[in-house]
Amino acid sequence: MIDIRAAGPMEQFEILPIIPLDIAGIDISFTNSSLWMLIATGAIVLFFFLATRRAALIPGRVQSAVEVLYEFVSDLVRDTIGSDGRKFFPYVFTLFIFILAANLFGLIPSLPYTPAAMHTFTPTSHLIVTLALAMVTISIVVIYGFWKNGLKFFKLFAPSGLPIYMYVLIVPIEIISFLSRPISLAVRLFANMFAGHIILKLFAGFVVSLLSAGGAVMVFGIAPFLGAIAVTALEFLVAALQAYVFAVLTCIYLSDAAHASDH
Amino acid sequence: MSIFAIATSVAETAAAHGDEAASAGLPQLDPSSWPSQLFWLAVIFGSLYALMHTRFLPAIGGAIEERRDRIADDLDKASEFKHQAEEAEGAYNQALADAKAKAQGIAAETRGEVDKDIAEMQADTDAALEKQVAAAEARITAMKVDAAAKVHDAAAETARAVVEILLDEAPTSEAAEKAVSNVSNAS
Repeated sequence: MIDIRAAGPMEQFEILPIIPLDIAGIDISFTNSSLWMLIATGAIVLFFFLATRRAALIPGRVQSAVEVLYEFVSDLVRDTIGSDGRKFFPYVFTLFIFILAANLFGLIPSLPYTPAAMHTFTPTSHLIVTLALAMVTISIVVIYGFWKNGLKFFKLFAPSGLPIYMYVLIVPIEIISFLSRPISLAVRLFANMFAGHIILKLFAGFVVSLLSAGGAVMVFGIAPFLGAIAVTALEFLVAALQAYVFAVLTCIYLSDAAHASDH
Repeated sequence: MSIFAIATSVAETAAAHGDEAASAGLPQLDPSSWPSQLFWLAVIFGSLYALMHTRFLPAIGGAIEERRDRIADDLDKASEFKHQAEEAEGAYNQALADAKAKAQGIAAETRGEVDKDIAEMQADTDAALEKQVAAAEARITAMKVDAAAKVHDAAAETARAVVEILLDEAPTSEAAEKAVSNVSNAS
């Protein structure tokens, strides 16, 4: 019989320690989240290692794929931020590829009978992870913004060329909008991953329940099964799309920081 | 109670009674797992960034750049070769036109010379032929005159002989000649 743990839609998000670690009283155990982060990153590193091992003038299959990714993000950074964007390219690229791999690896179905801590885990389905990534982006925006524009960075909140009484309205709106950026950035990715996996688990759970009911009812299991297939396909799209959205928004915020004094 | 102790107890609870832990709330909102997640995110994401920044991205960018340069170089070279080919073609066409003009000049000159030679030779031949024709005509005329005289003499002789046989009297040759002359003049 299939592992009974598959029944609960929330259990897939539980953080389970694999190697307990503790430094200065802080629990930094190597968990299932860390494991899948490591697997996703390891896959990226292996992929890029194979692609760049012999950087050829006429690229092979793996090198072509990596070059497509490179050009994709490179164009995105150049088009959004402009000439200042070059120095942010490694960060945006790493961010994109990391989120993409973490999202996609989380879609691999878990093998039956494996221990719960080894079950497939999506690190980006945890708000703290996406919030940390969003905060890194916003920190870069703020630090670079002040370094590039000095105090003119505050012009971000007060675009020039407006009637003076409009600033009473615009400045608070801009400040709130700026402060909500890290939250919306983090919640968007987290909520997409979270909701997608819950739906997947619910459909899968229906299949299991209907199959275990036995008899003629088992036939109805086909409907949630097809649903699970469709949602899996959709989740692949969402996984790629959310990685792209995170990268695009990071670029837009960095562009704001780079051009704050132009407003 | 330290954070570690809380984390340990939560982890133990989660491992032992998974369903109860799940019903206690969202795993995402359990702060005990946050330090671990942040720590490993920092380590793994940081390592990935370092690898990308120092190794992979420069390698890929370098390969793309090199290819772009190579293609641009090759295109430059190709256009240069094309230019050279066009120049060579122009030179060839020029040479061909020159040669044609020269050949035509030579042909015209030669034709003129040959025509002149032919004309000269024709004139010479014509002159020689005319001279011969004139000589022949003179000879013919002389022979005609001679022949006519001989015919006249022969006729006179014949007439004298005929008269002598018929009349048994030989006319003088003057009379015979006169008679023949009359007849031949009348006819």
